[in-house]
Amino acid sequence: MHVEEGEVFGFLGPNGAGKTTTVRMLACLVSRSSGTATIGGYEISNRADQQKIRKMIGLLTENVGLYEELSAYDNLDFYGRYYKMGERNRRERIQYLLEMLGLWDRRDARAGTFSKGMKQKLAIARALIHDPQVLFLDEPTANLDPEASKTIRDFILELKKENRTIFLNTHLLDEAERICDRVAILKTRVITIGSPQDLRRSLSGRKVKIQLQRVDDSMVESVRKLGHRIEDVTGNSFVVDLKEPEKENPAILRALQGAGGDVVFVTEAGSSLEDVYLKLMREV
Amino acid sequence: MDIGNAWNVALKDFKIYTRKPSVIYATVALPLIVGAVFPLILDYSLHKSAKALSAARAPGLMDAFSIWFVIGAAVIPTAIASYSLVGEKMQKSLEPMLATPMSDGDILLGKTISALLLPVVALYAGSISYMALMDYFTRGTLGYYYYPNWHIGAILLAAPLAALLSVEVNVVISSRMTDVRSAQQTGVLFMLPFIGLFLASEVGLFVMNDTNLTILAGALAAISVGTFFVAKATFQREEILTRWR
Repeated sequence: MHVEEGEVFGFLGPNGAGKTTTVRMLACLVSRSSGTATIGGYEISNRADQQKIRKMIGLLTENVGLYEELSAYDNLDFYGRYYKMGERNRRERIQYLLEMLGLWDRRDARAGTFSKGMKQKLAIARALIHDPQVLFLDEPTANLDPEASKTIRDFILELKKENRTIFLNTHLLDEAERICDRVAILKTRVITIGSPQDLRRSLSGRKVKIQLQRVDDSMVESVRKLGHRIEDVTGNSFVVDLKEPEKENPAILRALQGAGGDVVFVTEAGSSLEDVYLKLMREV
Repeated sequence: MDIGNAWNVALKDFKIYTRKPSVIYATVALPLIVGAVFPLILDYSLHKSAKALSAARAPGLMDAFSIWFVIGAAVIPTAIASYSLVGEKMQKSLEPMLATPMSDGDILLGKTISALLLPVVALYAGSISYMALMDYFTRGTLGYYYYPNWHIGAILLAAPLAALLSVEVNVVISSRMTDVRSAQQTGVLFMLPFIGLFLASEVGLFVMNDTNLTILAGALAAISVGTFFVAKATFQREEILTRWR
Protein backbone atom coordinates (compact mmCIF):
# COMPACT_ATOMS: atom_id res chain seq x y z
CA MET A 1 0.00 0.00 0.00
CA HIS A 2 1.43 3.36 -1.01
CA VAL A 3 0.08 6.79 -0.17
CA GLU A 4 1.15 9.55 -2.55
CA GLU A 5 2.45 12.91 -1.40
CA GLY A 6 -0.36 15.45 -1.25
CA GLU A 7 -3.02 12.76 -1.32
CA VAL A 8 -5.99 12.44 1.01
CA PHE A 9 -6.11 8.75 1.77
CA GLY A 10 -9.08 7.26 3.57
CA PHE A 11 -8.83 4.22 5.78
CA LEU A 12 -12.29 2.72 6.08
CA GLY A 13 -13.41 -0.09 8.25
CA PRO A 14 -15.81 -1.12 10.99
CA ASN A 15 -15.06 -0.64 14.68
CA GLY A 16 -12.30 -3.02 15.71
CA ALA A 17 -10.94 -3.36 12.18
CA GLY A 18 -7.57 -1.96 13.24
CA LYS A 19 -7.75 1.62 11.97
CA THR A 20 -6.58 3.28 15.17
CA THR A 21 -3.92 0.61 15.77
CA THR A 22 -2.59 1.17 12.25
CA VAL A 23 -2.35 4.93 12.83
CA ARG A 24 -0.66 4.33 16.18
CA MET A 25 1.87 2.10 14.47
CA LEU A 26 2.50 4.64 11.73
CA ALA A 27 2.86 7.39 14.35
CA CYS A 28 5.48 5.22 16.10
CA LEU A 29 3.35 4.90 19.22
CA VAL A 30 3.09 1.11 19.20
CA SER A 31 5.30 -1.51 17.59
CA ARG A 32 4.28 -3.32 14.47
CA SER A 33 3.73 -7.06 14.84
CA SER A 34 4.93 -7.83 11.31
CA GLY A 35 5.58 -6.17 7.96
CA THR A 36 7.25 -2.84 7.29
CA ALA A 37 6.15 0.74 6.77
CA THR A 38 8.03 3.88 5.84
CA ILE A 39 7.02 7.51 6.04
CA GLY A 40 9.03 9.94 3.95
CA GLY A 41 11.64 7.21 3.55
CA TYR A 42 11.96 6.58 7.30
CA GLU A 43 11.22 3.14 8.73
CA ILE A 44 8.68 3.17 11.57
CA SER A 45 10.40 0.50 13.64
CA ASN A 46 13.87 2.04 13.43
CA ARG A 47 14.51 3.96 16.67
CA ALA A 48 16.59 6.67 15.00
CA ASP A 49 13.97 7.12 12.29
CA GLN A 50 11.09 7.30 14.77
CA GLN A 51 12.20 10.72 16.03
CA LYS A 52 12.36 12.01 12.45
CA ILE A 53 8.93 10.59 11.70
CA ARG A 54 7.43 12.21 14.79
CA LYS A 55 8.78 15.57 13.67
CA MET A 56 7.24 15.29 10.22
CA ILE A 57 3.80 14.01 11.20
CA GLY A 58 0.84 15.52 12.98
CA LEU A 59 -1.66 13.30 14.78
CA LEU A 60 -5.26 13.94 15.64
CA THR A 61 -6.08 11.18 18.11
CA GLU A 62 -9.48 9.55 18.42
CA ASN A 63 -9.95 11.31 21.77
CA VAL A 64 -9.00 14.97 21.50
CA GLY A 65 -7.00 14.86 24.76
CA LEU A 66 -6.75 18.60 25.33
CA TYR A 67 -5.49 20.21 28.52
CA GLU A 68 -8.94 21.25 29.65
CA GLU A 69 -7.67 23.61 32.37
CA LEU A 70 -5.51 25.55 29.93
CA SER A 71 -6.57 28.13 27.38
CA ALA A 72 -6.77 27.31 23.67
CA TYR A 73 -3.66 29.43 23.17
CA ASP A 74 -1.69 27.64 25.90
CA ASN A 75 -2.71 24.23 24.57
CA LEU A 76 -1.11 25.09 21.25
CA ASP A 77 1.79 26.98 22.81
CA PHE A 78 2.94 23.97 24.85
CA TYR A 79 2.78 21.72 21.81
CA GLY A 80 4.81 24.30 19.89
CA ARG A 81 7.39 24.04 22.66
CA TYR A 82 7.35 20.24 22.48
CA TYR A 83 8.32 20.61 18.80
CA LYS A 84 11.07 23.10 19.73
CA MET A 85 9.48 25.99 17.85
CA GLY A 86 10.79 29.46 18.65
CA GLU A 87 8.54 31.87 20.51
CA ARG A 88 7.84 34.14 17.54
CA ASN A 89 7.21 31.20 15.23
CA ARG A 90 4.81 29.72 17.79
CA ARG A 91 2.94 32.98 18.21
CA GLU A 92 2.47 33.46 14.48
CA ARG A 93 1.51 29.86 13.83
CA ILE A 94 -1.00 29.81 16.68
CA GLN A 95 -2.64 32.99 15.43
CA TYR A 96 -2.77 31.64 11.86
CA LEU A 97 -4.34 28.33 12.90
CA LEU A 98 -6.82 29.77 15.38
CA GLU A 99 -7.94 32.37 12.85
CA MET A 100 -8.29 29.71 10.15
CA LEU A 101 -10.48 27.65 12.45
CA GLY A 102 -12.46 30.59 13.81
CA LEU A 103 -11.15 30.23 17.36
CA TRP A 104 -8.90 33.29 17.63
CA ASP A 105 -11.51 35.27 19.58
CA ARG A 106 -11.71 32.41 22.09
CA ARG A 107 -7.95 31.96 22.42
CA ASP A 108 -7.89 32.85 26.12
CA ALA A 109 -10.89 30.70 27.06
CA ARG A 110 -10.27 27.40 28.81
CA ALA A 111 -10.42 24.44 26.43
CA GLY A 112 -12.69 22.71 28.95
CA THR A 113 -15.42 25.27 28.23
CA PHE A 114 -15.41 24.55 24.47
CA SER A 115 -18.11 22.65 22.58
CA LYS A 116 -17.23 19.29 21.01
CA GLY A 117 -16.76 20.87 17.60
CA MET A 118 -14.50 23.61 18.98
CA LYS A 119 -12.43 21.05 20.87
CA GLN A 120 -12.03 19.02 17.70
CA LYS A 121 -10.91 22.12 15.80
CA LEU A 122 -8.43 22.95 18.53
CA ALA A 123 -7.08 19.39 18.44
CA ILE A 124 -6.63 19.68 14.67
CA ALA A 125 -4.79 22.98 15.17
CA ARG A 126 -2.58 21.20 17.72
CA ALA A 127 -1.78 18.46 15.18
CA LEU A 128 -0.80 21.19 12.70
CA ILE A 129 1.16 23.45 15.03
CA HIS A 130 4.57 22.37 13.65
CA ASP A 131 3.38 22.47 10.04
CA PRO A 132 3.76 18.72 9.42
CA GLN A 133 4.02 17.26 5.94
CA VAL A 134 1.91 14.25 6.87
CA LEU A 135 -1.26 14.43 8.90
CA PHE A 136 -3.02 11.50 10.53
CA LEU A 137 -6.64 12.17 11.40
CA ASP A 138 -8.41 9.52 13.43
CA GLU A 139 -12.17 9.92 13.09
CA PRO A 140 -12.05 13.73 12.85
CA THR A 141 -15.82 14.22 12.61
CA ALA A 142 -17.04 11.40 14.83
CA ASN A 143 -19.85 12.53 17.15
CA LEU A 144 -19.95 16.06 15.74
CA ASP A 145 -23.10 17.85 14.63
CA PRO A 146 -23.55 18.34 10.86
CA GLU A 147 -22.39 21.96 10.92
CA ALA A 148 -19.21 21.21 12.85
CA SER A 149 -18.56 18.17 10.64
CA LYS A 150 -18.83 20.33 7.54
CA THR A 151 -16.41 22.91 8.97
CA ILE A 152 -13.88 20.17 9.69
CA ARG A 153 -14.35 18.61 6.24
CA ASP A 154 -13.91 21.99 4.55
CA PHE A 155 -10.77 22.58 6.59
CA ILE A 156 -9.36 19.19 5.53
CA LEU A 157 -10.01 20.17 1.91
CA GLU A 158 -8.15 23.43 2.55
CA LEU A 159 -5.22 21.42 3.90
CA LYS A 160 -5.29 19.30 0.79
CA LYS A 161 -4.71 22.45 -1.28
CA GLU A 162 -1.51 22.99 0.71
CA ASN A 163 -0.26 19.67 -0.74
CA ARG A 164 -0.23 17.98 2.64
CA THR A 165 -0.53 14.22 2.77
CA ILE A 166 -3.55 13.30 4.86
CA PHE A 167 -4.30 9.85 6.21
CA LEU A 168 -7.90 9.81 7.32
CA ASN A 169 -9.38 7.11 9.51
CA THR A 170 -13.12 7.05 9.27
CA HIS A 171 -16.14 4.83 9.22
CA LEU A 172 -18.23 7.60 7.64
CA LEU A 173 -18.40 6.54 4.02
CA ASP A 174 -20.04 9.72 2.86
CA GLU A 175 -17.17 11.70 4.36
CA ALA A 176 -14.58 9.49 2.66
CA GLU A 177 -16.36 9.84 -0.65
CA ARG A 178 -16.36 13.63 -0.39
CA ILE A 179 -12.80 14.14 0.81
CA CYS A 180 -10.57 11.24 -0.19
CA ASP A 181 -8.62 10.78 -3.40
CA ARG A 182 -8.27 7.09 -2.62
CA VAL A 183 -9.52 4.79 0.08
CA ALA A 184 -8.53 1.46 1.53
CA ILE A 185 -11.26 -0.72 2.98
CA LEU A 186 -10.12 -2.99 5.75
CA LYS A 187 -11.41 -5.57 8.14
CA THR A 188 -8.31 -6.55 10.11
CA ARG A 189 -6.58 -6.72 6.68
CA VAL A 190 -6.85 -4.45 3.66
CA ILE A 191 -9.55 -5.80 1.35
CA THR A 192 -9.35 -3.28 -1.47
CA ILE A 193 -7.78 0.04 -2.43
CA GLY A 194 -8.86 2.56 -5.03
CA SER A 195 -10.52 5.88 -5.65
CA PRO A 196 -14.12 6.02 -4.40
CA GLN A 197 -15.20 6.40 -8.03
CA ASP A 198 -13.28 3.30 -9.19
CA LEU A 199 -14.57 1.24 -6.30
CA ARG A 200 -18.15 2.22 -7.08
CA ARG A 201 -17.68 1.31 -10.72
CA SER A 202 -16.01 -1.96 -9.86
CA LEU A 203 -19.21 -3.04 -8.15
CA SER A 204 -21.80 -2.05 -10.70
CA GLY A 205 -20.19 -0.44 -13.74
CA ARG A 206 -21.29 3.03 -14.80
CA LYS A 207 -24.87 4.13 -14.95
CA VAL A 208 -26.72 7.23 -16.03
CA LYS A 209 -30.08 8.30 -14.71
CA ILE A 210 -32.16 10.21 -17.25
CA GLN A 211 -35.21 12.14 -16.19
CA LEU A 212 -37.73 13.27 -18.77
CA GLN A 213 -40.91 15.29 -18.58
CA ARG A 214 -42.78 12.16 -19.68
CA VAL A 215 -41.62 8.64 -20.46
CA ASP A 216 -43.25 6.24 -22.88
CA ASP A 217 -42.23 2.90 -24.41
CA SER A 218 -40.99 4.43 -27.67
CA MET A 219 -38.46 6.53 -25.78
CA VAL A 220 -37.19 3.55 -23.80
CA GLU A 221 -37.05 1.50 -27.01
CA SER A 222 -35.05 4.24 -28.78
CA VAL A 223 -32.33 3.87 -26.16
CA ARG A 224 -32.43 0.06 -26.28
CA LYS A 225 -31.92 0.21 -30.05
CA LEU A 226 -28.55 1.87 -29.37
CA GLY A 227 -27.53 -1.33 -27.61
CA HIS A 228 -27.83 -0.14 -24.04
CA ARG A 229 -29.45 -2.00 -21.20
CA ILE A 230 -32.23 -0.14 -19.41
CA GLU A 231 -32.05 -1.10 -15.81
CA ASP A 232 -34.87 0.59 -14.07
CA VAL A 233 -37.84 2.68 -15.23
CA THR A 234 -39.43 4.60 -12.38
CA GLY A 235 -41.96 7.37 -12.96
CA ASN A 236 -40.53 9.69 -15.56
CA SER A 237 -36.95 8.51 -15.28
CA PHE A 238 -34.87 5.47 -16.12
CA VAL A 239 -31.35 4.19 -15.50
CA VAL A 240 -29.09 3.08 -18.37
CA ASP A 241 -25.95 0.93 -18.03
CA LEU A 242 -23.07 2.51 -19.95
CA LYS A 243 -19.39 1.88 -20.51
CA GLU A 244 -18.35 5.44 -21.28
CA PRO A 245 -21.13 7.93 -20.53
CA GLU A 246 -18.96 10.81 -21.74
CA LYS A 247 -19.03 9.35 -25.28
CA GLU A 248 -22.43 7.61 -25.22
CA ASN A 249 -24.64 10.27 -23.64
CA PRO A 250 -24.95 12.58 -26.70
CA ALA A 251 -26.29 9.74 -28.89
CA ILE A 252 -28.77 8.73 -26.20
CA LEU A 253 -30.05 12.29 -25.84
CA ARG A 254 -30.43 12.62 -29.61
CA ALA A 255 -32.39 9.32 -29.70
CA LEU A 256 -34.66 10.46 -26.92
CA GLN A 257 -35.33 13.80 -28.60
CA GLY A 258 -36.04 11.92 -31.83
CA ALA A 259 -38.62 9.84 -29.98
CA GLY A 260 -40.26 13.02 -28.70
CA GLY A 261 -38.71 13.00 -25.25
CA ASP A 262 -37.97 16.20 -23.33
CA VAL A 263 -34.90 15.59 -21.14
CA VAL A 264 -34.98 17.35 -17.77
CA PHE A 265 -31.86 15.93 -16.03
CA VAL A 266 -28.99 13.58 -16.83
CA THR A 267 -27.02 12.44 -13.78
CA GLU A 268 -24.48 9.73 -13.17
CA ALA A 269 -26.04 7.04 -11.03
CA GLY A 270 -24.69 3.78 -9.72
CA SER A 271 -23.57 2.23 -6.49
CA SER A 272 -22.47 4.37 -3.63
CA LEU A 273 -19.27 3.74 -1.71
CA GLU A 274 -21.57 2.44 0.99
CA ASP A 275 -22.85 -0.29 -1.36
CA VAL A 276 -19.27 -1.27 -2.15
CA TYR A 277 -18.31 -1.27 1.50
CA LEU A 278 -21.27 -3.34 2.63
CA LYS A 279 -20.77 -5.85 -0.18
CA LEU A 280 -17.11 -6.28 0.75
CA MET A 281 -17.91 -6.61 4.44
CA ARG A 282 -20.41 -9.36 3.67
CA GLU A 283 -17.98 -11.20 1.44
CA VAL A 284 -15.04 -11.23 3.85
CA MET B 1 17.22 12.96 27.82
CA ASP B 2 16.56 16.58 26.92
CA ILE B 3 16.22 18.84 29.96
CA GLY B 4 14.52 21.53 27.84
CA ASN B 5 11.77 19.10 26.82
CA ALA B 6 11.38 17.85 30.39
CA TRP B 7 11.13 21.42 31.66
CA ASN B 8 8.40 22.20 29.12
CA VAL B 9 6.38 19.23 30.37
CA ALA B 10 6.90 20.40 33.96
CA LEU B 11 5.96 24.00 33.05
CA LYS B 12 2.73 22.80 31.50
CA ASP B 13 1.92 20.82 34.67
CA PHE B 14 2.72 23.83 36.88
CA LYS B 15 0.36 25.96 34.82
CA ILE B 16 -2.38 23.37 35.27
CA TYR B 17 -1.78 23.22 39.05
CA THR B 18 -2.28 26.97 39.33
CA ARG B 19 -5.85 26.26 38.19
CA LYS B 20 -6.26 23.42 40.69
CA PRO B 21 -6.28 25.01 44.17
CA SER B 22 -6.91 21.61 45.79
CA VAL B 23 -3.54 20.39 44.51
CA ILE B 24 -1.77 23.47 45.89
CA TYR B 25 -3.52 23.16 49.28
CA ALA B 26 -2.64 19.46 49.52
CA THR B 27 0.99 20.36 48.83
CA VAL B 28 1.46 23.20 51.29
CA ALA B 29 -0.80 22.05 54.15
CA LEU B 30 1.51 19.54 55.84
CA PRO B 31 4.72 21.64 55.61
CA LEU B 32 2.76 24.56 57.07
CA ILE B 33 1.47 22.42 59.94
CA VAL B 34 4.90 21.03 60.71
CA GLY B 35 6.59 24.39 60.17
CA ALA B 36 4.22 26.49 62.28
CA VAL B 37 1.93 24.37 64.44
CA PHE B 38 4.57 22.05 65.95
CA PRO B 39 6.68 25.01 67.22
CA LEU B 40 3.54 26.51 68.77
CA ILE B 41 2.78 23.17 70.49
CA LEU B 42 6.31 23.04 71.88
CA ASP B 43 6.09 26.65 73.02
CA TYR B 44 2.83 25.86 74.80
CA SER B 45 4.30 22.72 76.39
CA LEU B 46 7.41 24.52 77.59
CA HIS B 47 6.02 27.83 78.71
CA LYS B 48 2.25 27.93 78.95
CA SER B 49 1.04 24.52 80.04
CA ALA B 50 0.23 23.95 83.72
CA LYS B 51 2.48 20.87 83.57
CA ALA B 52 5.40 22.52 81.77
CA LEU B 53 8.00 20.26 80.14
CA SER B 54 11.56 20.43 81.34
CA ALA B 55 13.97 22.24 78.99
CA ALA B 56 16.04 19.05 78.71
CA ARG B 57 13.24 17.34 76.76
CA ALA B 58 13.00 20.11 74.15
CA PRO B 59 15.81 18.89 71.82
CA GLY B 60 14.38 15.37 71.69
CA LEU B 61 10.93 16.69 70.87
CA MET B 62 12.26 18.99 68.17
CA ASP B 63 14.13 16.10 66.57
CA ALA B 64 11.03 13.88 66.76
CA PHE B 65 8.78 16.55 65.23
CA SER B 66 11.24 17.17 62.42
CA ILE B 67 10.82 13.54 61.22
CA TRP B 68 7.48 14.70 59.88
CA PHE B 69 9.35 16.47 57.10
CA VAL B 70 10.44 13.05 55.82
CA ILE B 71 6.96 11.57 56.32
CA GLY B 72 5.50 14.63 54.56
CA ALA B 73 7.97 14.24 51.74
CA ALA B 74 6.74 10.68 51.24
CA VAL B 75 3.09 11.62 51.12
CA ILE B 76 2.85 15.13 49.59
CA PRO B 77 4.00 14.30 46.03
CA THR B 78 1.19 11.73 45.89
CA ALA B 79 -1.35 14.50 45.31
CA ILE B 80 0.53 15.95 42.38
CA ALA B 81 1.98 12.77 40.89
CA SER B 82 -1.43 11.06 40.90
CA TYR B 83 -3.05 14.04 39.24
CA SER B 84 -0.19 14.48 36.82
CA LEU B 85 -0.30 10.90 35.55
CA VAL B 86 -3.76 9.48 36.22
CA GLY B 87 -5.39 12.88 35.55
CA GLU B 88 -3.68 13.08 32.20
CA LYS B 89 -4.56 9.46 31.49
CA MET B 90 -8.22 10.25 32.25
CA GLN B 91 -8.19 13.31 30.00
CA LYS B 92 -6.58 11.15 27.29
CA SER B 93 -3.96 13.85 26.82
CA LEU B 94 -1.00 11.48 27.07
CA GLU B 95 -1.40 10.00 23.58
CA PRO B 96 -1.01 13.27 21.62
CA MET B 97 1.97 14.16 23.81
CA LEU B 98 3.53 10.76 23.14
CA ALA B 99 3.20 11.43 19.39
CA THR B 100 5.59 14.41 19.65
CA PRO B 101 9.35 13.99 19.23
CA MET B 102 9.88 14.01 23.00
CA SER B 103 11.33 10.79 24.36
CA ASP B 104 9.64 8.71 27.06
CA GLY B 105 12.52 9.73 29.33
CA ASP B 106 11.88 13.46 28.67
CA ILE B 107 8.22 13.08 29.63
CA LEU B 108 8.98 10.95 32.68
CA LEU B 109 11.62 13.43 33.84
CA GLY B 110 9.21 16.34 33.27
CA LYS B 111 6.52 14.58 35.27
CA THR B 112 9.04 13.84 38.03
CA ILE B 113 10.17 17.49 38.15
CA SER B 114 6.60 18.76 38.28
CA ALA B 115 5.64 16.32 41.03
CA LEU B 116 8.85 16.86 43.01
CA LEU B 117 9.66 20.54 42.79
CA LEU B 118 6.61 22.06 44.47
CA PRO B 119 6.55 19.62 47.43
CA VAL B 120 10.31 20.01 48.00
CA VAL B 121 10.06 23.81 47.89
CA ALA B 122 7.08 23.64 50.28
CA LEU B 123 8.98 21.29 52.62
CA TYR B 124 12.11 23.47 52.62
CA ALA B 125 10.00 26.59 53.20
CA GLY B 126 8.25 24.75 56.02
CA SER B 127 11.59 23.69 57.50
CA ILE B 128 12.88 27.29 57.49
CA SER B 129 9.75 28.38 59.34
CA TYR B 130 10.16 25.38 61.67
CA MET B 131 13.78 26.17 62.53
CA ALA B 132 13.15 29.90 62.94
CA LEU B 133 10.12 29.43 65.18
CA MET B 134 11.69 26.64 67.22
CA ASP B 135 14.79 28.79 67.82
CA TYR B 136 12.59 31.75 68.70
CA PHE B 137 10.60 29.74 71.26
CA THR B 138 13.48 27.72 72.78
CA ARG B 139 16.39 30.20 72.72
CA GLY B 140 15.51 31.56 76.17
CA THR B 141 14.96 28.09 77.68
CA LEU B 142 17.97 26.36 76.14
CA GLY B 143 20.31 29.33 76.19
CA TYR B 144 21.44 28.68 72.62
CA TYR B 145 20.01 28.36 69.11
CA TYR B 146 19.20 24.69 68.50
CA TYR B 147 18.95 25.13 64.72
CA PRO B 148 20.54 24.73 62.26
CA ASN B 149 22.20 21.45 63.20
CA TRP B 150 23.31 18.19 61.57
CA HIS B 151 20.08 16.47 62.50
CA ILE B 152 17.89 18.79 60.45
CA GLY B 153 20.57 18.65 57.73
CA ALA B 154 20.17 14.86 57.54
CA ILE B 155 16.38 15.26 57.62
CA LEU B 156 16.51 17.72 54.73
CA LEU B 157 18.76 15.33 52.83
CA ALA B 158 16.40 12.39 53.36
CA ALA B 159 13.20 14.38 52.61
CA PRO B 160 13.75 15.03 48.86
CA LEU B 161 14.90 11.42 48.44
CA ALA B 162 11.70 10.21 50.10
CA ALA B 163 9.77 12.56 47.79
CA LEU B 164 11.61 11.22 44.75
CA LEU B 165 10.88 7.64 45.74
CA SER B 166 7.24 8.59 46.31
CA VAL B 167 7.00 10.02 42.76
CA GLU B 168 8.54 6.89 41.27
CA VAL B 169 6.19 4.64 43.23
CA ASN B 170 3.30 6.80 42.00
CA VAL B 171 4.34 6.31 38.38
CA VAL B 172 4.07 2.57 38.91
CA ILE B 173 0.77 2.90 40.83
CA SER B 174 -0.66 5.22 38.15
CA SER B 175 -0.23 2.57 35.49
CA ARG B 176 -2.75 0.42 37.32
CA MET B 177 -5.25 3.05 38.51
CA THR B 178 -8.12 4.53 36.57
CA ASP B 179 -9.00 7.51 38.75
CA VAL B 180 -7.05 10.15 40.61
CA ARG B 181 -8.60 9.45 44.02
CA SER B 182 -7.74 5.73 43.98
CA ALA B 183 -4.19 6.57 42.92
CA GLN B 184 -3.87 9.08 45.77
CA GLN B 185 -5.32 6.68 48.32
CA THR B 186 -2.98 3.91 47.23
CA GLY B 187 -0.05 6.31 47.06
CA VAL B 188 -0.66 7.45 50.64
CA LEU B 189 0.07 3.88 51.78
CA PHE B 190 3.65 4.64 50.82
CA MET B 191 4.03 6.76 53.96
CA LEU B 192 3.29 3.80 56.25
CA PRO B 193 6.92 2.59 56.47
CA PHE B 194 7.97 6.12 57.46
CA ILE B 195 5.28 6.35 60.13
CA GLY B 196 6.44 2.94 61.32
CA LEU B 197 9.95 4.30 61.57
CA PHE B 198 8.69 7.33 63.52
CA LEU B 199 6.76 5.13 65.94
CA ALA B 200 9.75 2.80 66.30
CA SER B 201 11.90 5.77 67.24
CA GLU B 202 9.28 6.95 69.75
CA VAL B 203 9.19 3.59 71.55
CA GLY B 204 12.97 3.25 71.44
CA LEU B 205 13.23 0.50 68.80
CA PHE B 206 15.11 2.80 66.49
CA VAL B 207 17.33 5.75 67.31
CA MET B 208 16.74 8.67 64.98
CA ASN B 209 20.22 10.13 65.29
CA ASP B 210 22.30 11.86 62.61
CA THR B 211 24.08 8.64 61.58
CA ASN B 212 20.88 6.61 61.23
CA LEU B 213 19.23 9.42 59.32
CA THR B 214 22.17 9.55 56.92
CA ILE B 215 21.92 5.76 56.50
CA LEU B 216 18.18 6.20 55.85
CA ALA B 217 18.97 8.82 53.19
CA GLY B 218 21.46 6.42 51.58
CA ALA B 219 18.91 3.61 51.63
CA LEU B 220 16.28 5.89 50.08
CA ALA B 221 18.75 6.90 47.36
CA ALA B 222 19.53 3.24 46.59
CA ILE B 223 15.85 2.23 46.52
CA SER B 224 15.11 5.28 44.34
CA VAL B 225 17.64 4.14 41.77
CA GLY B 226 16.07 0.66 41.68
CA THR B 227 12.54 2.02 41.52
CA PHE B 228 13.55 4.44 38.75
CA PHE B 229 14.18 1.48 36.44
CA VAL B 230 10.81 -0.02 37.29
CA ALA B 231 9.14 3.37 36.69
CA LYS B 232 11.03 3.83 33.42
CA ALA B 233 9.97 0.38 32.23
CA THR B 234 6.38 1.22 33.18
CA PHE B 235 6.46 4.62 31.51
CA GLN B 236 6.88 3.62 27.89
CA ARG B 237 4.69 4.69 25.00
CA GLU B 238 3.50 1.22 24.19
CA GLU B 239 2.86 0.31 27.84
CA ILE B 240 0.89 3.50 28.40
CA LEU B 241 -1.25 3.11 25.30
CA THR B 242 -1.90 -0.59 25.45
CA ARG B 243 -1.53 -1.72 29.06
CA TRP B 244 -2.35 1.26 31.29
CA ARG B 245 -5.92 0.82 32.43
